[in-house]
Amino acid sequence: MAYSEKVIDHYSNPRNIGTLDKNSSTVGTGLVGAPECGDVMRLQIEVDDETGTIRDAKFKTFGCGSAIASSSLATEWLKGKSIDEAMKIDNMDIVEELALPPVKIHCSVLAEDAIKAAINDYRVKNGLPPIEKI
Amino acid sequence: MLNLPIYLDNNATTPMDPRVLEAMMPYFTNQFGNAASRSHSFGWAAEEAVDYAREQIASLIGANAKEIIFTSGATESDNLGIKGVFEMYGEKGKHIVTLNTEHKAVLDACKHVEKMGGEVTCLSVQEDGLLDLAALEAAIRPDTILVCVMYANNEIGVIQPIKEIAAIAHKHGALFMTDGTQAVGKIPVNVIEDGIDLMAFSAHKMYGPKGVGALYVRRKNPRVKVTAQMDGGGHERGMRSGTLNVPGIVGFGRACELCRLEMAEDSKRIVALRNKLETELLKIEEAYLNGSKEHRLPHVANISFKYVEGEGLMMGVKDLAVSSGSACTSASLEPSYVLKNLGLDDELAHSSLRFGLSRFTKEEEIDFAISHVKEAVEKLRDMSPLWEMFKEGIDLKSIEWSEH
Repeated sequence: MAYSEKVIDHYSNPRNIGTLDKNSSTVGTGLVGAPECGDVMRLQIEVDDETGTIRDAKFKTFGCGSAIASSSLATEWLKGKSIDEAMKIDNMDIVEELALPPVKIHCSVLAEDAIKAAINDYRVKNGLPPIEKI
Repeated sequence: MLNLPIYLDNNATTPMDPRVLEAMMPYFTNQFGNAASRSHSFGWAAEEAVDYAREQIASLIGANAKEIIFTSGATESDNLGIKGVFEMYGEKGKHIVTLNTEHKAVLDACKHVEKMGGEVTCLSVQEDGLLDLAALEAAIRPDTILVCVMYANNEIGVIQPIKEIAAIAHKHGALFMTDGTQAVGKIPVNVIEDGIDLMAFSAHKMYGPKGVGALYVRRKNPRVKVTAQMDGGGHERGMRSGTLNVPGIVGFGRACELCRLEMAEDSKRIVALRNKLETELLKIEEAYLNGSKEHRLPHVANISFKYVEGEGLMMGVKDLAVSSGSACTSASLEPSYVLKNLGLDDELAHSSLRFGLSRFTKEEEIDFAISHVKEAVEKLRDMSPLWEMFKEGIDLKSIEWSEH
């Protein structure tokens, strides 16, 4: 199976690999997937308390090239967005941007789940109710 | 100069030896006769070439030329052997014993037999991939007609104790069949010494052409017969109809001859390269060899690099052609059943790479492969959350994963 150029680019030059302090009140962490399934994504956001925008985003992913690219792209998109805007990122946007084949759609779903999990972690930490899955 | 990518997937298929192609060429052009044409010289020439190849093939495995039944490949041979024995010996019994690490051609042919009213016991292997002989003995019943155990495994290269298995089958009056696809041409296989009654094997795994294989069917002590699975002209002693693939068979014969003559030298060199590759890669932290280290084909190493996902890793070693037990490489999204049946965690099964060397593998290629894999593993671990957790001493089993 051939990968799209964008997947190869994100895989070869992943954006925003790293770790934020998961104990900080401004950081939200989403850990999704399972080792048995061959995909685990950890996506973290750092939110600016005053403006409510995402100041930084980092990821680490165990998975195939498409999973790595999906999470790398997600961090790129998250930076500078408000929480509300971030909630609107849809997995199909990722599929389209990376030209993922049908068998890799689950990678984009996982990335969307990771975004939502990170946002919820941030909300709960700051006394807000978690947003139910849409 | 290295030619990239480097081919290390020789368990999937091998490149054809140029000497094999050379032997085949005339049979594509001038010598185009049908080996079944008895009335003219074109047919006679083709028949002679087939007979010669049959001798070359038989002599590699210690068989008689008449015991070689040509097929389209090992999958067909497995099907013919298993279904053919079941149909031929149905009155004697309906029970077959096999292994859960067999190739799909065997497992699916056995499933077919079950649909036809047969019963199949699929034995589990031990952690090292070897069959427990006591478990085999316990599984055999009075109505067992066939024990089918592969000579060597295609994913991990583990070689089964064939002689002992054959002896147990025979002691209980069952026939012994083996899928020799990965072993024939790579290690000495002798149907008499090993006590093999039927054996499937294929040309393209031993530097021959694709699309041709054989089923060895014993003619003496005991005389074994299989029911044909295809109706037609009654070729191959009535066991496999269809015009013979003469150029393919000629190539198969030449490939077998080269293996017979060069196997000892080749495997000495290949095993040294394989050991170098393996030793170096196992120096990587949390890297594990899958399957028995001792009872193994000389050219195979299957290694799991924990906390790195196999397909991601394959993308990282893009200059190597290897295969992975990772789910993502198959349409099913299930990791390798062979590795899972060794008792490996899914996680380790997902993290595996299979390296298969050939007579054409060069030392520079192995050196390149070592550094390429090391680099890729390091890079992927840097971006693996599991590796980070492992390094922090977090037990991954203590985490509640959101399975999807």
